[in-house]
Amino acid sequence: MSASSCSLCTFAKSSIGRKIIVALTGLALVLFLAGHLSGNLLIFAGEEAFNDYAHFLHTFLHGAGVWIARIGLLFCFVTHIVFTVLLTKENKSTRAKYAKDTTVQASKSSRLMIWSGLTILAFVVFHLLHFTVRTDAELAALGEISPWEMVIVAFQNPLVVIFYVIAMTCLCSHLGHGVASIFQTLGLRTKKTAGPIQFLSKAYATVIYIGFISIPLAILLFGFGR
Amino acid sequence: MPLLNLTLKVWRQENATSEGRIETYEAKEIPTSASFLEMIDIVNERLIKDGQQEPIHFDHDCREGICGMCSMTINGVPHSKERGITTCQLHMRKFSDGETIWIEPFRANAFPVIKDLVTDRSSFDRIIGAGGYISVRTGSAPDAHAIQIPKPDADAAFDAAACIGCGACVAACKNASAMLFVSAKASHLNHLPQGQAEKDQRVLGMVGQMDEEGFGNCTNQYECEAVCPKEISTDHIAKLNRDYLAASARDSVS
Amino acid sequence: MSLDSKVPTGPLADKWTSHKMDSKLINPANKRKFKIIVVGSGLAGGSAAATLSELGYQVDCFCYQDSPRRAHSIAAQGGINAAKNYQNDGDSVHRLFYDTIKGGDFRSREANVHRLAEVSTEIIDQCVAQGVPFAREYGGLLDNRSFGGAQVKRTFYARGQTGQQLLIGCYQALEKEISKGGVTMHPRTEMLDLVVVDGEAKGIVVRNLVTGEVTSHAADAVILATGGYGNVFYLSTNAMGCNVMASFRAHKRGAYMANPCYTQIHPTCIPVSGDYQSKLTLMSESLRNDGRIWVPKSKEDAAAIREGKKTALDIPEDERDYYLERKYPSFGNLCPRDIASRAAKECCDEGRGVATSGLGVFLDFKDAIARDGEDAIRARYGNLFQMYEKISGDNPYASPMQIYPAVHYTMGGLWVDYNLMSNLPGLHVLGEANFSDHGANRLGASALMQGLADGYFVIPSTIAVYLAKQTAGSVTTDHPEFKKVENTVKDRLKSLMEIKGNKSVDSFHRELGLLVWDKCGMARDKEGLQEALKRIPEIRNEFWTNVRIPGSANGLNVELEKAGRVADFIDFAEVLCHDALDREESCGGHFRSEHQFTDADTEVQDGTTQAGEAKRHDDQYQYVAAWEHTEPGTPPILHKEELVYEEVQPSIRSYK
Repeated sequence: MSASSCSLCTFAKSSIGRKIIVALTGLALVLFLAGHLSGNLLIFAGEEAFNDYAHFLHTFLHGAGVWIARIGLLFCFVTHIVFTVLLTKENKSTRAKYAKDTTVQASKSSRLMIWSGLTILAFVVFHLLHFTVRTDAELAALGEISPWEMVIVAFQNPLVVIFYVIAMTCLCSHLGHGVASIFQTLGLRTKKTAGPIQFLSKAYATVIYIGFISIPLAILLFGFGR
Repeated sequence: MPLLNLTLKVWRQENATSEGRIETYEAKEIPTSASFLEMIDIVNERLIKDGQQEPIHFDHDCREGICGMCSMTINGVPHSKERGITTCQLHMRKFSDGETIWIEPFRANAFPVIKDLVTDRSSFDRIIGAGGYISVRTGSAPDAHAIQIPKPDADAAFDAAACIGCGACVAACKNASAMLFVSAKASHLNHLPQGQAEKDQRVLGMVGQMDEEGFGNCTNQYECEAVCPKEISTDHIAKLNRDYLAASARDSVS
Repeated sequence: MSLDSKVPTGPLADKWTSHKMDSKLINPANKRKFKIIVVGSGLAGGSAAATLSELGYQVDCFCYQDSPRRAHSIAAQGGINAAKNYQNDGDSVHRLFYDTIKGGDFRSREANVHRLAEVSTEIIDQCVAQGVPFAREYGGLLDNRSFGGAQVKRTFYARGQTGQQLLIGCYQALEKEISKGGVTMHPRTEMLDLVVVDGEAKGIVVRNLVTGEVTSHAADAVILATGGYGNVFYLSTNAMGCNVMASFRAHKRGAYMANPCYTQIHPTCIPVSGDYQSKLTLMSESLRNDGRIWVPKSKEDAAAIREGKKTALDIPEDERDYYLERKYPSFGNLCPRDIASRAAKECCDEGRGVATSGLGVFLDFKDAIARDGEDAIRARYGNLFQMYEKISGDNPYASPMQIYPAVHYTMGGLWVDYNLMSNLPGLHVLGEANFSDHGANRLGASALMQGLADGYFVIPSTIAVYLAKQTAGSVTTDHPEFKKVENTVKDRLKSLMEIKGNKSVDSFHRELGLLVWDKCGMARDKEGLQEALKRIPEIRNEFWTNVRIPGSANGLNVELEKAGRVADFIDFAEVLCHDALDREESCGGHFRSEHQFTDADTEVQDGTTQAGEAKRHDDQYQYVAAWEHTEPGTPPILHKEELVYEEVQPSIRSYK
């Protein structure tokens, strides 16, 4: 047992081990995004459908379901952030800069992962306070009656929508590199699959992006729900 | 023969502990048919004649792209922006008259500068010593035809084995990660039936040593692949990741 | 002093086996107490260091490069021979032995060559087990190709990087031993002298190239595996750092230099493009399978090409001289290296050379492309064509390549007996650094074979013959001789630094190289050699009074490193020219213009050979010339090892 826990420690301390942890937690978050988006898109199916969905989430497994999911997500989220921040910090100190610094083929999104990631973190904090904890009393009251109505009201605020769109742009960039990276880090990318994986990654990022921003934009710009 | 007049911005550093700086040199009348290193030779010959400064020190040996010794970062790109070549295979016809060329050492904390453009890449040797081999005592080998190796496996092993250990992958990586080198070396042996017995030990040992040497972590940006003079694929990194995961799993239960 | 080759008695085919049986062994517990120094980490040195460490000896290994993996063995392209007979085409140990003896123009020692052929098969087994990715057929078995001087397919290869793959196999074994503690590796360390205690080699003095520190290392035996001396010509296919220093230092301490005049000139290299040129790049011999070599028939056309007024494409078919096909109709473009090289030189001497310097001939693939298509040619030689294009900037698919011969390999080296020990007890010499196996000319794909045979299989057995008579650790660096040699080394470095002249080290090296190439290159004659021997001391004098070495000796100083090497090349060049002058015959890589067949010879009249071919004089020169060092100003002293042929009857090499 001690030997095995030791090899787990080694794994979690190693360069590749930490990357695999980032990839696995990233994968969980990527899958969560798909579920979250498909739930959110129910908003376009009308108030009843959306509220039923919200109700289901809160009552699933007698209310335990949502907490299991929340704890799982929180774990993945925190682990993902802790490990990426650690790795990035380490990476920043591995060499002196070139006087003439050039990039050959590294994509912009890959170079901005930490910044897109931290922006997403800020957004998630805001997002949870906004819709989950509901620090705004008016929204909190609305949410008790109709989550659908709460969302419509919340996205009347242009500042909220702008922040939302910025965060989703970061998310899109993050996913554009992140999804493909999961395959590489888990050792699933090969010469033949590299192309399709790259496409899948970009396509997934785009779908997530369009899906999420469609809601605030529809509400603010096209008066959806009013 | 056309001649070039160039401005060189070269990293000069007395020794490992001293501060380095960029110095400017005018490289006049350089023949286009000279190789890049021959251009430096010409500049050095003039520096020696002039007597004011020591010649620019740089690593080089075979000058035909195979020994892996030459190691210059040219305009920010290890071995220059030309694909699939080492510094010594770069020729001056690729430059134009009046150009300014930045020449720096391969930068990584794991490759400390010894002098000017000369760096210490012995960390690579230690990674090999940590498992990058197949243990076979001289004279104890079975007949070479005792094992048949499918051609695709042999070819894949060869593609990885083409690595010349120059370290350009590390120098190009934003994180100074040695993953392309380590994965190529591991992949070469892990693709072969002879390499199976020590596979887990090899992967764990080499990665462990790589981490100990202070290389950074791979962030899948593939800068390494772009500058590799032997154009080694980052597929090998994926394979190393996979092999490492499997080896760690087996190691934790056995 | 008589030279005893210590060749075992008995039938040729049994000598190696019985020698191993008759030699003393050292028990494992005692092996641990013996320390062995290995200088050089190429195929010979690396494999020796790794294997000796596996056997239990303590090994100290030194190389001037930053890693043992960079040794110039890595640049070998073609392949490695072995008498496996996997092709079932009639190969055998005996046939490989015979081909090598004949290829060496009957100037090598039968017993050594036979042993080489014997162990060749084990090398392939060893390398495959190490993971060397040799080329394979679709069935999963090893592929072979044929090489010059053989009628069977016995060459194992790994694309165009056989040397690299073999060296990496050996380097990995070496790194394994280093990490286990059996080998202490000293990279970026150069041997500057040999320490001889009571007539036996017991250590070396080295300089740490990074710190400049000069230190002594003692051992029970010393192995030199420091490669050849091709860079005495300045321009060669050798790496920039290849040098004769270790061998020459040993030579100065009493080891004999054997057959230095046997130098191999490879016919297909990229020509010199200017006086700044630092090295020459080899294009694989395999190109001559499909390429046709020619120069213009007229000097006027050649001059026009040199001046850029015409290109190869402007020369009509009937104005081209495919001189190899003309002179050697049955072998054509595939005649051996020495013949092809000399023929190219003749054309250029006549003023029909191309390339800006006038020292180049065309290697044309036009007909092969027309016959087989560009794709087929690309599949066969794609990487070589690409390499040519990178260096020359010309597209060889559209216009012919320009090539010229260049110094490639040196068959001569320190004299060794059957145990690979020099006349200086305790000093063993392996690989290209010794003279032993290739005679006057080396066949393609045999250098890798010899390096690995010496390192993996021969020295691990034969070193025990010497060690068994030694007391382990009997000499340490406390012995006063070490201090003495160390001081000599330091004084030499100091005097080099103090010259503070006006000329760079390279300019002396270039001057020496041009002289040696001119007078002792592809063709030599008495007059030229005598002139060279007059000029060399002048170069030496100027070097020691006018060389400029900037910086200091206390740290990395490349100019100082080069200065030490060039100083030895200058001294070595004298031995080379003396040997070439002494050998009044032509054989293999040594062509004396005075000694060639003419129409008056009966061998030409009866069709055995043709005029202009090398003429050996077996009655007078069937010996190994081993030279003893003397101080500058007096010629070296010649010692002869007569070559006795029991198995093979020397005959005339003909390629007509």
